Amino acid sequence: MRREVPLAITAIVGFALIIVYFIPHPPFNHSRDFFEDLFFIIAAFAIWLGCLNLLKVNADKVYRQKKGWLFSVVVWFGFFLMVIVGFWEGRGFMNPGTTFYYLYDKLYYPLNATMFSILAFFVASASYRAFRARNKEATILLIAALFVMLGRVPFGYYLSSWLPEGWRLGNITDWIMDFPQTAAQRAIMIGIALGIVSSSLRVLLGLERTFASGE
Amino acid sequence: MLDRFRVVGQEKKQMIRFSFIFLFTLLLFSSATGQEATLPPSPPTDVIAKDTPNDAGGSITITWKKSPDDIGAVREENKVKGYEILRSTESGGEYEVLGKTTAGAETYFDSHAKNGVLYYYKVRALGMQSFSESLPATPAKAKAQWLDWRRKYTFLLALILALSIVYFINQAKSGKQLFIRKIAGLEAVEEAVGRATEMGRKIFYIPGISDMDSMQTIAAVTILGQVAKKTAEYEAKLEVPTSRSLVMVSCRETIKEAYSNAGRPDLYNEDMVYYLTDDQFGYTAAVDGLFVREKPAAVFLQGQFYAESLILAETGNYVGAIQIAGTAQPAQLPFFVAACDYTLIGEELFAASAYLSRDPKLLGSLKGQDVGKFIFLFFIIVGSLFITFGIYDLSFLFR
Repeated sequence: MRREVPLAITAIVGFALIIVYFIPHPPFNHSRDFFEDLFFIIAAFAIWLGCLNLLKVNADKVYRQKKGWLFSVVVWFGFFLMVIVGFWEGRGFMNPGTTFYYLYDKLYYPLNATMFSILAFFVASASYRAFRARNKEATILLIAALFVMLGRVPFGYYLSSWLPEGWRLGNITDWIMDFPQTAAQRAIMIGIALGIVSSSLRVLLGLERTFASGE
Repeated sequence: MLDRFRVVGQEKKQMIRFSFIFLFTLLLFSSATGQEATLPPSPPTDVIAKDTPNDAGGSITITWKKSPDDIGAVREENKVKGYEILRSTESGGEYEVLGKTTAGAETYFDSHAKNGVLYYYKVRALGMQSFSESLPATPAKAKAQWLDWRRKYTFLLALILALSIVYFINQAKSGKQLFIRKIAGLEAVEEAVGRATEMGRKIFYIPGISDMDSMQTIAAVTILGQVAKKTAEYEAKLEVPTSRSLVMVSCRETIKEAYSNAGRPDLYNEDMVYYLTDDQFGYTAAVDGLFVREKPAAVFLQGQFYAESLILAETGNYVGAIQIAGTAQPAQLPFFVAACDYTLIGEELFAASAYLSRDPKLLGSLKGQDVGKFIFLFFIIVGSLFITFGIYDLSFLFR
C-alpha cells in the first residue's frame, strides 16, 4: 500500500493533467494552476524539514569535531543571525534601512556575486582544456571557437574588414551560429522532448518507481 | 495734366477693386478646402462578431474590413488614425466604447464578454477631427469550448508516440531482444564506484538545483537509485547534498530502497542525504567546499543545472574526481563536456535509469522513442525539400 497509493495518485493526476491540456472549458482550465499551488504549499512546509536537517547535520559536525567543523559554526551563526534579526525587525524587515536589509545587501549579496564571478576564471580554465587540438573533433571545435570568439569582438572586425562582405569574421561567426550550432541544438532539443515524453509515460504507467521508493 | 492724374487715379481704384476680389476668392477657396478637411473618413465595412474559438469563454472576436481611408489612402485630410470598438447589449441601445486599435488593424478581441450574453458591436473609424461608424454586426455570444482544436496535431503526435512506446514495452515483456546502443557515460558508472571503493574516498551525487516538479530532477533521482545500488554492492561511501527539501526526502527514500534491494540495508544512513540551501550560489559554494575538503573519488552531476554547472564541474576536476555529468539544459552541456570525463547529453539523461536497470520493460520504452525520431526526421526532410523548391508556407495544411 505504501508504494501503490503514491503510484496510483501519480498516474491519476498525471493522466488527468494530460487530458486537461486539450480541454479549455472551466473548471478544467484551472486544474494545472490548482496542482501547481498544491505543490508550492507542500514545498513551503517541506522547507522546515530542510532547515531542521541543516541544523542537525552541522550540529553533529561541531559536536564530533569533524573535518571543517568551524564552517558548521559559521552556518549556525549565519542562520540564527538572519532569523533573529528578521523576527526582531518584524513586518517590513526587507525594507531599505533595516538591519536585515543591511545584512542582505552588504553581506549576502556580495558573497553571492563573488561566487558567480568565479565563473569567469573557470570558463578560462575549461576553455583551455576543451580547445586543445587532441583529435579531429577537438580541432574542428577549436577552429569554430576561434572564428566565433574573433567574430564577436571589434578586433575581429578590424582584422577582416579588408575582405569582401560575406567572408568577414563576423559573417562567418553568424553562419556558424545560425546553421551548424542551431542544427545541433535543435537535434538535442528534439531528443530531450522525446526523452521527457518517454520518461513521463514510464512514471505514469508505474514502470519507473524509483522516485516513489521501490523499484 | 489733370486728365493724366484722373486716369492714374482710376487705375489705382481698379487695382484696389481687383485686389479685394482676389482676396475674397482666396478666402472662399480656403474655407472650402477647410470644410473638406473636416469630412469624416469612410467607415469600416463587413463587421463580424463571433465567439473566440478554442477558449475558456469570456471572449468575442470582432473582425472588419478597414476603411478605404486607412493606411495607403491618397487623401491625407481625412486619413484614419485608428479604430474604436463599440459594444451594446441591445440592438438599438446605447453603445459604449470598448477599446481602441491603431490604423491598419482588422481584428479586436473583446476579453471582457460574459458567457451567454448577446452583444452588438460597431466599429468607428477615427479621422483627424471627425469619425464614421460601421453598421452593427450580427450579435454574438461568448461560450466556453470543450476541446482546443488547435492542439489536435499535438494530440495525434503524442498518441502515436505513446502507442509506439507501449507497443515496444509489450514486445520487451514478451521476451524480444531489443538493441540499445552503448552509452559510454553509463558504462563508466561501475568504474567510478569501483575507483571510489579502491581509494576509500567518497562519491558525491549532485541531483541539480531544481525541485521535484522538474522532469530532470525526477530522472536524476531515478539514476541515483541505480548508483546507490552499486555503492551498496561495493560498500562505497555515498553522499548526496541537495538544494531542495523535497528532493532530499525523495533521495533518502530512493537510497534506502536501493540499499535494501541490494541486501545491505545496514549500510544505509539517513545522513547520507542532507539539505544545504535553496540559494543557487550558496549551494554551489557549499558543494565546492565539500569537494575541496573531502576530495571525492567520483562525482555525479545529474539533473537540472544553470550557471553553477561549470563552477561545480571545474572544482570536481581540480580535486581529481572522475566525473559523470548529465543534463537536459543545452546551454550547460558544453561546460560539462569540457570539464567532466563523461556527459549524458539530453535524452541520455532520461534513458539512464532504464539503461542501468536493464529492465526489459524500461528498455522497450527507449525503443518507442525511435518512432518519434523517425516522425521528426520525416518532417525535417520534407520541410527541407519544400524550402529547396521555394515552397515556404505550408501552415495552411495544419489549420
